[in-house]
Amino acid sequence: MRAAHFCESCGKVQPPAPVDYFTFFGLPPKLQVDVAALEKDFYELSRKLHPDLNAKDGSKEQEWSLEQSSLLNDAYRTLRDPIKRTQYLLKLEGVELEEQSKTATEQARSTGELKKQIVPPDLLEEVFEVNLHLEELRMQKKMGEDDPALLEEIGKAKLSLETKYEALLGELQNDWKSWDSLIDRGADGLADRSQILAKMVDVLNRRNYIRNLVRDVNAVLEE
Amino acid sequence: MASEHIVGIDLGTTNSLVAFMQGDTPVVIPGDDGLNLLPSVVALDANSHPVIGNAARNSLIETPERAVYSIKRLMGRGMEDIQEELKLFPFRLAEDLQPGEVLRIKLGDKTFTPPEISALILRQLKRNAERYFVGPVTKAVITVPAYFNDAQRQATKDAGRIAGLEVLRLVNEPTAASLAYGLDKKQNGIIAVYDLGGGTFDISILKLHDGIFEVIATNGDTHLGGDDIDNLMITIALDDIRGDLSLDLRRNAEAVQAIRKAVIEAKIALSSEPSVKLDIELPGAHHYRREITREQFEQLIQPVIDRTLGPCKQALKDANLKPEQIEEVVLVGGSTRIPKVRALVKELFHREPHTGLNPDEVVALGAAVQANILGGGSEATQNMLLLDVTPLSLGIEVAGGVTDKIILRNSTIPASATQFYTTQVDGQANVAIHVLQGERELATDCRSLARFDLKGIPPMAAGIPRVEVKFLIDANGILHVSAREQRSGKEAEIQVQPSYGLTDDQVENMILDSFDNAEEDFRRRQVIEARNEAATILAALEKGKKSAAWGQLTTDEKKQIAKMEKALVAVKAEDDYQAIRKAIDTLNQGTTRLAELMMDTAVTSALKGKKMDETDLGEGPTAPHPMAKAEFE
Repeated sequence: MRAAHFCESCGKVQPPAPVDYFTFFGLPPKLQVDVAALEKDFYELSRKLHPDLNAKDGSKEQEWSLEQSSLLNDAYRTLRDPIKRTQYLLKLEGVELEEQSKTATEQARSTGELKKQIVPPDLLEEVFEVNLHLEELRMQKKMGEDDPALLEEIGKAKLSLETKYEALLGELQNDWKSWDSLIDRGADGLADRSQILAKMVDVLNRRNYIRNLVRDVNAVLEE
Repeated sequence: MASEHIVGIDLGTTNSLVAFMQGDTPVVIPGDDGLNLLPSVVALDANSHPVIGNAARNSLIETPERAVYSIKRLMGRGMEDIQEELKLFPFRLAEDLQPGEVLRIKLGDKTFTPPEISALILRQLKRNAERYFVGPVTKAVITVPAYFNDAQRQATKDAGRIAGLEVLRLVNEPTAASLAYGLDKKQNGIIAVYDLGGGTFDISILKLHDGIFEVIATNGDTHLGGDDIDNLMITIALDDIRGDLSLDLRRNAEAVQAIRKAVIEAKIALSSEPSVKLDIELPGAHHYRREITREQFEQLIQPVIDRTLGPCKQALKDANLKPEQIEEVVLVGGSTRIPKVRALVKELFHREPHTGLNPDEVVALGAAVQANILGGGSEATQNMLLLDVTPLSLGIEVAGGVTDKIILRNSTIPASATQFYTTQVDGQANVAIHVLQGERELATDCRSLARFDLKGIPPMAAGIPRVEVKFLIDANGILHVSAREQRSGKEAEIQVQPSYGLTDDQVENMILDSFDNAEEDFRRRQVIEARNEAATILAALEKGKKSAAWGQLTTDEKKQIAKMEKALVAVKAEDDYQAIRKAIDTLNQGTTRLAELMMDTAVTSALKGKKMDETDLGEGPTAPHPMAKAEFE
């Protein structure tokens, strides 16, 4: 059921209800989303809620219009992006990503230390090698040396990481299927839900880790 | 049926225009000289009356110290950010300007803030429209560069208000241009708008779909435009003249303006001619003659137009698009008439740009379309809706001087974010928040937008209050903040100190009366000054009441003072400035003894070895006491 954004009979904007983004769009909390249909809905709701098209109404309606459309924009921005959508659902379910948590960030900032980054176990060896190569490259650059073999190694490693990165999205989409069928079945079992949620957290963490690593590689290459 | 026309205004760096929707077509309203373009030049004539447009352009050459152009470059800016502008433009700042203050520039012997100058231009456009409609015009849509920050937008809104216009919406210039284009073409697709004006550059990428104009990404440079090309040419001419004729004319304002006029004409000619001859008359009956070929010109300006590439590439990156995926590139701004600019655009986007619309007028026409939409729309604009974005990330300064981004750039507006704050100290009633705009990590590298003080937090132990602060960027791209302490449900009061901006009171005081009504103007001024003085003395009296000296007064004296105070407060609310002054004098006299006593206390404290600033009365016995009459220049 979509939230009642406007009065069915007179068409005027209503005060925004405190709903989550899925409910705002009349969607169940499922992760596979038809983005084309979402966009269509977004446009349709924009026509109804945007301040420009409610400019002649009373000031109360204009205020609600402003709030409703900012909620609409936030909801659309979150739901149409696969990663943001996943993160949002995790947040709704009370789960937080370690690296993303604000407290970790603030603590790191105030102490000046690097945030703890848990190296995904299956990547340990690869990460170790890449970091080693990067150190070598940094030193070489300092001495003004040039080693094409090393550059090639790093290039290959980067490609491998990028491939893994792409593959993780596929893994995430599988997890979505599992989650969605749980919702369809109306399964209330906390254990089942927690299991899938934990899997998705893991995928996102690994994805983040790889992205940061590739960014570091690029930084050294461009030095 | 519209009883009053809402107009669309392009307040440009070089030229300004006003337009409205006539049936299905937007149309520019000409001035009384029959011209569509109003040069954004303001001058004061011999009687210190403002002159706007072409007449003012002549003043630039004859009496340059009484004229100003490209004022848009100073809108919403502080002294610190206009150092480049000051080198290249003959802006004369008021002498007593302090850092952090709103800029004031001199025209003749008067000073004006940039919004006041812009207001004079807007008022001229308003008059042109009222002449055309034979009726009042009080509502407008005004365009701003997409890359304008919050302070620059607020300054534009202030200018509108000072000119007597209710600004219904600020629209980003490239988005406005896309409306004019979309109205014309009625096609779906992805377009880019490349807008190179006199002082600013914007690139916006939009998705057009069934009347919805959705901005996907926007970027730009608010210090880049045709003016920079002009300045390059002026510098070369001045160097030439110094070399050939041993004449250093850099400080000669009239000569510089004459050179400027000539190089602008040459620049324009070179868009259609392969070469052009400069022939400028200089002081001392010298002539500066030079031929410029298009090749030389293009070589000269290459570094300037190359600066547009960075923002274009960033916008494409933010939009997640390759240049080939842009289906149409619309050119906006007079500078896009330069063949080299068109070549650059063609090379970047791999297609010929769309040049079917008049680059000088398209923004105003688009503003008129938006004005029509806001007014309820007509058949042509029935299905049209603009979804714009905020160009810069919004952040809060957190511990360590770092920016915490709470709304990212290119977020569709209206957009909001909520943050929670608490107190550090038991009973703390205020929390200070510093809001910034920009993409950098450190707060010092971002643009300070405003400092908010959350006041009136109910007294609780440290860390207990939970203040919910809501940041909302409205459809104009301007920030609004509201706050609520959750546990008590109390609305916290927000006091904004806008950086480089005018307060509401200042704007109120600037609202332009007709300059023809000099007497009324004079009277209003007197009332304002008298009220200010009254406010000062009443504040000083409040301080006095808290001092040790107050206790030394007799009950009778206190009663007398209270009576005079009450009288002043009453008359201050009225319009009779002479009565206000009389009441001030009375209170002054009545508090002479209090002032003396306070002075004695100060001296005594000093003798006791206390620091003078602890007693808060100035730097020493020679400082004027709080009850002294304020000195005016």
